[in-house]
Amino acid sequence: MKLHPMIAALRRHKAGVVLIALQIALTLAIVCNAIFIIGSRIERVNRPTGLDESNLFLVTQQWVGAPSADTADGVEKLDVMQREDLAALRNLPGVEAVAPTNSLPLLNSSWTGSVSLKPDTRPGDKSGTRTAYYFTDEQALSTMGLKLVAGRAFNAGDVRHQGFRDNPPRPALIVTKALADKLFPKGNAVGSVIYSDGSGAPSTIIGVVERLQIPATGSWGNNFTWYSTLVPTRLDANFTRYAVRTKPGQLDAVMRAVTPMLYKVDPMRVLDDDSVKSFADIRAKAYRADVGMAILMGVICLILIAVTAAGIVGLTSFWVGQRHRQIGVRRALGARKLDILHYFQLENLLIAGVGAVLGVLLAIGLNLWLITRYEMSHLPVLYVLVGTVAVLVLGQAAVFVPARRASNVSPVSATRAA
Amino acid sequence: MFAYYLDLALRSLKRNKALTALMVLAIALGIGASMTTLTVLHVLSGDPLPGRSGTLYYPQIDPRDNSGLFPGKEPPEQLTLTDGQNLLRAGRADHQALMTGGSVPIQPDSSSLDPFYVEARYTTADFFPMFGTPFLYGQGWAAADDEARVRDVVINSELNQRLFAGADSVGRTLRVANTAFRIVGVLDNWEPSPHFYDLNTGSYGYTEQVFLPLQTALGLHMDHNGSSDCWGNGAGGIGGTYPSEECVWLQFWVRLDSPAQVAAYREFLVRYSQQQKSLGRFVKAPNVRLRDVRQWLAYERVVPNDVRLQTGLAFGFLLVCLVNTVGLMLAKFLRRASELGIRRALGASKRALFTQLLVESGVVGLVGGAGGLLLALLGLWLVRHRPSDYAPLAHLDPTMLLVTFLLAVGASLLAGLLPAWRACQITPALQLKSN
Repeated sequence: MKLHPMIAALRRHKAGVVLIALQIALTLAIVCNAIFIIGSRIERVNRPTGLDESNLFLVTQQWVGAPSADTADGVEKLDVMQREDLAALRNLPGVEAVAPTNSLPLLNSSWTGSVSLKPDTRPGDKSGTRTAYYFTDEQALSTMGLKLVAGRAFNAGDVRHQGFRDNPPRPALIVTKALADKLFPKGNAVGSVIYSDGSGAPSTIIGVVERLQIPATGSWGNNFTWYSTLVPTRLDANFTRYAVRTKPGQLDAVMRAVTPMLYKVDPMRVLDDDSVKSFADIRAKAYRADVGMAILMGVICLILIAVTAAGIVGLTSFWVGQRHRQIGVRRALGARKLDILHYFQLENLLIAGVGAVLGVLLAIGLNLWLITRYEMSHLPVLYVLVGTVAVLVLGQAAVFVPARRASNVSPVSATRAA
Repeated sequence: MFAYYLDLALRSLKRNKALTALMVLAIALGIGASMTTLTVLHVLSGDPLPGRSGTLYYPQIDPRDNSGLFPGKEPPEQLTLTDGQNLLRAGRADHQALMTGGSVPIQPDSSSLDPFYVEARYTTADFFPMFGTPFLYGQGWAAADDEARVRDVVINSELNQRLFAGADSVGRTLRVANTAFRIVGVLDNWEPSPHFYDLNTGSYGYTEQVFLPLQTALGLHMDHNGSSDCWGNGAGGIGGTYPSEECVWLQFWVRLDSPAQVAAYREFLVRYSQQQKSLGRFVKAPNVRLRDVRQWLAYERVVPNDVRLQTGLAFGFLLVCLVNTVGLMLAKFLRRASELGIRRALGASKRALFTQLLVESGVVGLVGGAGGLLLALLGLWLVRHRPSDYAPLAHLDPTMLLVTFLLAVGASLLAGLLPAWRACQITPALQLKSN
């Protein structure tokens, strides 16, 4: 089939053609970027934290009228209270392991600092690597379900305690593999010495865990998401957090038992509805905005595609109606039904093709604009290619019904008045 | 004439129901989506204190050394205790208040209630008159009480309801963190949104239930909540002792009524910085800012990026829906070329034809706008049932209602403009002949 007469015919419907092409271009640009955003959100939500997330929950509690953590005496008293809690939790039926911790991945409450190969660095020194600390004890790995890939886990002898604001030396540390590889690209991390937070006191890396995400999920944590450090130290303050791993299937029962049990140990404390939280809840809360955004974008994309398809159907139907007589003439002059069908299909392909080319340019432009304003990355070519194919297929699907109706126009209509 | 055009429009729209429905639906969806997101954006970027926010300013100075933990040239977002107290005592503004956030245990007298923690604000006395907080009972404490470290407390109506069943509790005792306080005032519902005066504790859906004099709270070592940034040898964190003068953790607000006062205050901040530098406390050259509430909220980017993105997406969607409608209307009007030709031949002016077609597209816009309004209400209902800090705020106010309608009708008139103009260009003679 020759394109020339088709283009000549399209010239007579300039406005309509431009509008369809524009609509396809806008749809392609918006849907490409929206799907890219959905994709990156889903990827973010699905990345594993490194924890064994099932059968894990977190208790956050505050004492009322507890001794001050600013005096040495107060720190000792707080530590006794914390160890009482830990012992009681570990004795609870259904509990497998309990570790005190200042935070968990996705909790968005972090203690961050930097580790360096050099001692006594000034704050702001560029040689350090940013990290998030988990202050915990010898049951950390079994409680969190972390996988040790080198060295050894903490033992009871490693564990110390300190006031919340003190800054004592940290002789033994466990780091994530990502952090170990960053600091020691040759793989000799275990047994090596690093210095944390610009301190002059050495810390020895005694073990490396495969993966452990930092608590922060905001964009400010993006460049050290996997650089976590475990410190074998109980923090003593007027509030504590305990991570609890239960035996399979006993999560709910243990979560219910925890609050009354802790009140029995010491009634002078506050535990509210938010104090006992399963890790599943922590995860859902951390990512609810991402999930909501993905759903919203998805729904808008679907409606957008439907509107565009409906628009193509509507406009093509009108053209078919308008050209009723011409179609009849062509049929009478010997064109087969298939020729008419192909004519409209090809016409749509032409318009959609122009729209798609324009749409690709728009999609890339929109992406570049989003990068400057919303910390987004570059749109992969694959998205654009798939999007282009998708709008061409969409156009063909939308044009099929009106085109078939056109092909069914009888040759006799050529002889009738329009 | 208008009634006649309306009649013609309805007849024409009825003739092709599927197409009319498609146009109405497309406009309704576009309007619904963009109004939902625009309303959320409007609510989130709303004025927290209408009528007052224009005269409230947030002074920033730069007491940091050159260790460079903070990137950029902007001064820190909060003040050290030393600077805060210096600025407060200088008293260069009509009203000024130094404050920070906290969290305190409340120990009810009645044994039926367990102790519980509430959000607290430690502030100086001017907080109440400066922000114009409404009082249900009593009032705030006096400025003189700040230095005297009186144990006075202002509570909000929610706490008053919980502890005293809503009765006038002024003069009664409240045990806060093992200390007896005298209630001097009960606030009526007061929940500025965004929580502009301290954004560290969350921008939306955050209210303090207890207000304590700053010096009293510091003296009793009550827990500080919020962010504290340190440099040099400062040690930050959250707890019972307060970070040194190398940590910023307090907010300071002033009220300045005239541009002259604002300029004078800015000058004062520069002179203060110079003076502190000559005393050896400050290292950097004076680096001051004096933002009003609106500028402060814009600088802090309180409106979540996701909300902006959603609004952009929705308007893109509306644009596609409009292009769609333009295309469909164009096809529709051009198909009626012969009918329009006859009207022209019978003496109707181009102008009359144009008006007639615009009435038709206006009807589509009106119906689509009504549908869009329903969809927007549905959309906002969905937003309210999503778990986010700002969910309860998502309501349509009269302004947005008006905007919805103007947008709907305006958009569809705009969509009808090109098709109507094109349809008016037909030559009547040609149309008559071809039939």
